[in-house]
Amino acid sequence: MITKRIIPCLDVKNGRVVKGVNFEGLSDVSSPVELGKYYSECGADELVFYDITASSEGRKLFTDILKEVASTIFIPLTVGGGINTLDDFDRVLKCGADKVSVNSGAIKNPDLIYQAAKRYGDQCVVLSADVKRVDGVFRVFAKGGRENTGMEAIEWIKRGVDNGAGEIVLNSIDTDGVKGGFDLEMLEKVCNAVSVPVIASGGAGNVEHFIKLFKTLPKVDAGLAASIFHFGEVKIKDLKQTLKENGIPVRI
Amino acid sequence: MIAIVDYGVGNLFSLVSSFKAIGIDAVATSDKEIIKKADKIILPGVGAFGDAAEKLFSSGLADLVVEQAKSGKPLLGICLGMQLLFEKSFEYGEHKGLSLIKGEIRPIAEVIPNDYKIPHIGWNALKFKNPKNEIFKYLNDGDFVYFVHSFYGANCSDSVIATAEYGAYLTAAVAKGNVYGCQFHPEKSGEVGLKILKAFCEL
Repeated sequence: MITKRIIPCLDVKNGRVVKGVNFEGLSDVSSPVELGKYYSECGADELVFYDITASSEGRKLFTDILKEVASTIFIPLTVGGGINTLDDFDRVLKCGADKVSVNSGAIKNPDLIYQAAKRYGDQCVVLSADVKRVDGVFRVFAKGGRENTGMEAIEWIKRGVDNGAGEIVLNSIDTDGVKGGFDLEMLEKVCNAVSVPVIASGGAGNVEHFIKLFKTLPKVDAGLAASIFHFGEVKIKDLKQTLKENGIPVRI
Repeated sequence: MIAIVDYGVGNLFSLVSSFKAIGIDAVATSDKEIIKKADKIILPGVGAFGDAAEKLFSSGLADLVVEQAKSGKPLLGICLGMQLLFEKSFEYGEHKGLSLIKGEIRPIAEVIPNDYKIPHIGWNALKFKNPKNEIFKYLNDGDFVYFVHSFYGANCSDSVIATAEYGAYLTAAVAKGNVYGCQFHPEKSGEVGLKILKAFCEL
């Protein structure tokens, strides 16, 4: 039986993980390699590295780091951030990424998904969508959630899947950072609209939120979070154990 | 030394790294002399069967791999590399494979229930056939490995050494003599995957 995936997301800037982390036993809490190893040992099913660097030097550093992570950790790695062209796909795949997540790059150039899926396969292309309710309609936001594109989200996601996106990361801006639970209403709409795996993001504050997510929406394949894992508010090992006790299939 | 056949399909970085992690000398190469000298061969692959088969045959690497396998050298196909070991595939048309494993590659949609998502992607548990094959000697029944595929090995029951349940029992691994294949990615399956590669190296 396929298991539900738990995925920590790490923001990397100039080769370092940003947002303070607080783990005992880690000599360097902002080293992507150390943190990646830590999460992998805790039972994370996949890692997402998000490059939030703006400069080209930072980008170079990111690929060096990615290589180092990919040569020490043997679980799937997804890379996002600054992916605008096929060359960007190529750059991170050569460094050991398994999947590449596109967001603003696909909004600027919707053909990117099609081209990338054709070259690297659907399984390689993840469409990440930042979605927010505006006057009761789900709208796609670009530039890290700062800019309303005016596009209706479900249509946009469906189009992405038709073009070859093999997975969807749905990040609800409405619930992100609030720690009140995942956006079940938004997730359900997306799950009903597409047949590819959907990864829930935004809103997780505790273990119960993950239980509720997978119990209410069995179609959701994975839960992604950042700070609650980084700050140790939710420990992946405990989370997976509790999910298992609640009858949710997980890899332990 | 392990030769990872590089025929221009997919990225071999993780595969090379995973052998390094278990202390085994492995090289990604298209050099036929190196492949001939290697103790064991890995046939990797991602993407579509037709493209990959075309590259493998037109480069002459297909003939070499078959010849080496027939001489008794251990060969491990991974993911699409496993599928290429079969006689043929029905992925977008009909394509010829290496015919080292009897059977064919068919869409998983034919055997799984409608409400199951395609591709079969994520961590799934292995169920071994009895007796447990040597490449699983360090594993326990129910160990998890990472899958990403939309097609599967069919009509190959005499070669199946492990299955994974996804609405149906899908072929997870095959073996016929010195020829092995994993539908999943050992190089992406954490410690469990490394243990499989280690056991393969010890054959």
